[in-house]
Amino acid sequence: MNNAQKYWQANIRLVIGCLIVWFFVSFGCGILFVKQLNAISLGGYPLGFWFAQQGSIYTFVALIFIYAWRMNQLDRKFNVEEA
Amino acid sequence: MTDLMITTYLVVGGTFALYFYIALKTRAKNTGEFYVAGKGVHPVLNGMATGADWMSAASFISMAGMLAMGGYDASAYLMGWTGGYCLLAMLLAPYLRKYGKFTVPEFIGDRFYSQTARLVAVICLIIASLTYVIGQMKGIGVAFSRFMEIPFETGLLIGMGIVFVYAVLGGMKGVTYTQIAQYVVLIFAYTVPAVFISLQLTGNPIPQLGLGSTMSSGEGMYLLEKLDKIVVDLGFSAYTAQKGSTLNIFLLTMSLMIGTAGLPHVITRFFTVPKVKDARSSAGWALVFIAILYTTAPSVGAMARLNLINTVQTGEIGSAEGNLAIEERPQWMLNWEKTGLLGFEDKNGDGKIQYYSDNGLSEAQANLAAAQKAGGDVTAAQAKVDAAETKHAESKFAGFGWKGNEMTKVDNDIMVLANPEIAKLPNWVIALVAAGGIAAALSTAAGLLLAISSAISHDLLKSMITKNIDDKTELLAGRIAMAGAIIVAGYLGLNPPGFAAQVVALAFGLAASSIFPALMMGIFVKRMNSAGAICGMLAGLVSTITYIFWFKGFMFIATTAMAPDTAASWWLGISPGSFGAVGALINFAVAFAVSSITKAPPEHIQHLVEDIRVPMGAGAAQSH
Repeated sequence: MNNAQKYWQANIRLVIGCLIVWFFVSFGCGILFVKQLNAISLGGYPLGFWFAQQGSIYTFVALIFIYAWRMNQLDRKFNVEEA
Repeated sequence: MTDLMITTYLVVGGTFALYFYIALKTRAKNTGEFYVAGKGVHPVLNGMATGADWMSAASFISMAGMLAMGGYDASAYLMGWTGGYCLLAMLLAPYLRKYGKFTVPEFIGDRFYSQTARLVAVICLIIASLTYVIGQMKGIGVAFSRFMEIPFETGLLIGMGIVFVYAVLGGMKGVTYTQIAQYVVLIFAYTVPAVFISLQLTGNPIPQLGLGSTMSSGEGMYLLEKLDKIVVDLGFSAYTAQKGSTLNIFLLTMSLMIGTAGLPHVITRFFTVPKVKDARSSAGWALVFIAILYTTAPSVGAMARLNLINTVQTGEIGSAEGNLAIEERPQWMLNWEKTGLLGFEDKNGDGKIQYYSDNGLSEAQANLAAAQKAGGDVTAAQAKVDAAETKHAESKFAGFGWKGNEMTKVDNDIMVLANPEIAKLPNWVIALVAAGGIAAALSTAAGLLLAISSAISHDLLKSMITKNIDDKTELLAGRIAMAGAIIVAGYLGLNPPGFAAQVVALAFGLAASSIFPALMMGIFVKRMNSAGAICGMLAGLVSTITYIFWFKGFMFIATTAMAPDTAASWWLGISPGSFGAVGALINFAVAFAVSSITKAPPEHIQHLVEDIRVPMGAGAAQSH
């Protein structure tokens, strides 16, 4: 496997990891398991409701920055950075 | 003129002067600047511009109202309209930036080595963007007429004039820097009233925390707990509880996410940054700026609902003195009744207003009145009223002498527009909300118009019709196309074709079912060929439009609908607005099937795919 292929594989692994978290907080905690999570409370928020209206959005923001940071590392590691 | 009017004119006029100043300073000199701002926009600033580009009149004015009335179920909009940025950042933006051209159809045409593919993309782009821009034009007219008492038509024409000046002159460069200013205006306008209201209700100045805090009225109850209790006591379902089907909420969220990532006017914004890595971080910054509004909206919605109920239900439910007397209505109710966004009817003649859920009685009554007026099926409508009345007679509310919900009209938009007045905030805050609403509508309209004009001048004219035009002529063509698009959008805003309210479902459905899958497969599936991509796009497009028209009527003419637009008749309970995700699945499935039995794409296309996957070698804007 050449360098570009290895870089692409590492990239795909990272994206899949990020998208699992993306799916888990929104579709998982915010929709599929919302009823179960609502039994727990976070301050005045039922937890499932909090994920649907607050938590998932905060996680999305964090995810994009983590992705951007890890991708920059990969760019350097595989030496494919822009000039 | 009242003090409030003068303040509003000053604040709104001031923001317009600012937009013009920026437009003059940042005129586009060539097509590169006109289409993609010369690819020199700082990622944080591009994030801010994307925020303004993205947050439309619907986000600013309507979303909090949807949350206030829908409660938990409206979370689909919050997650959908933010989660799409993850897909954009990880699956599309960096690669499309690496490709380094000007428009979305251009990438599709080149990657699938087919002018047909490019044409299909252009058609999707124009339908999606044009339907979307009508809503913005209407939003501008509404903001002018409500706050400045200028007739709707005049307001709309003023809005058209302003967009005309700075978008035609400045192109993407001018639009970008104006959008940055518009973001600042709109975010202040949104958060300042929210902070005040959160302080009043919970003592916590941060709305995101206020929503999870206890009420400052001293009972020690959490705000959401209190809201849940009072809406349930009034017969509504609990605010934080789920009402719709899980499948439909799931698919609506997914459709909005994929649609967000596939909307061309948003994608194009990521063509303006200098480097691939800037495209990645810029998506993050865009979401930061969007999240400030989107995490505030749930607080605005819940608190506005509570304030509205407390205004009408002044005491214990069912007690003689528990409801607002008609002659004691606060000033803000009088103001907004004039606009037709708020209305009541004293059904039981007790001189007081009751706001509660009567289990569909008032809806049946309204349908009956409409049938009597328009000559519809009066017998059937009467039967429904009778059934609802029988059911209502058994409820506890009948025992109070209530005869149906008397708040006959509470428009969603009122939750944001009237919020500062409900909370008795100073005039400058109300003026700021007016300027913010106009900024939200203008910035989105400009972004959409730019996407339309570049599709016409770059994808249709330059690549298909008159191939030999030089840069100067193309720039002029872009400006003329933009002017034309403004006129068409303004005309449709003035003569709304009935379906203006529904078109958002169409815009997101198209973006989700045709554009997003084509872009994603273009980057991630090297084997995808032109036959597969074209068949996939058409299958996604046709299935989604058919499903929407099936329930909404052909071109949204309700009488041509094949089935009633109700949860019972939807396929598997999937609403037309949620179908985009299914359309996208159909697109992927058809594309893979067709491409697996047809020839692999030529060698140079496979090299192109390999090339966009690595950041190295991305240059400045390439012309061809």
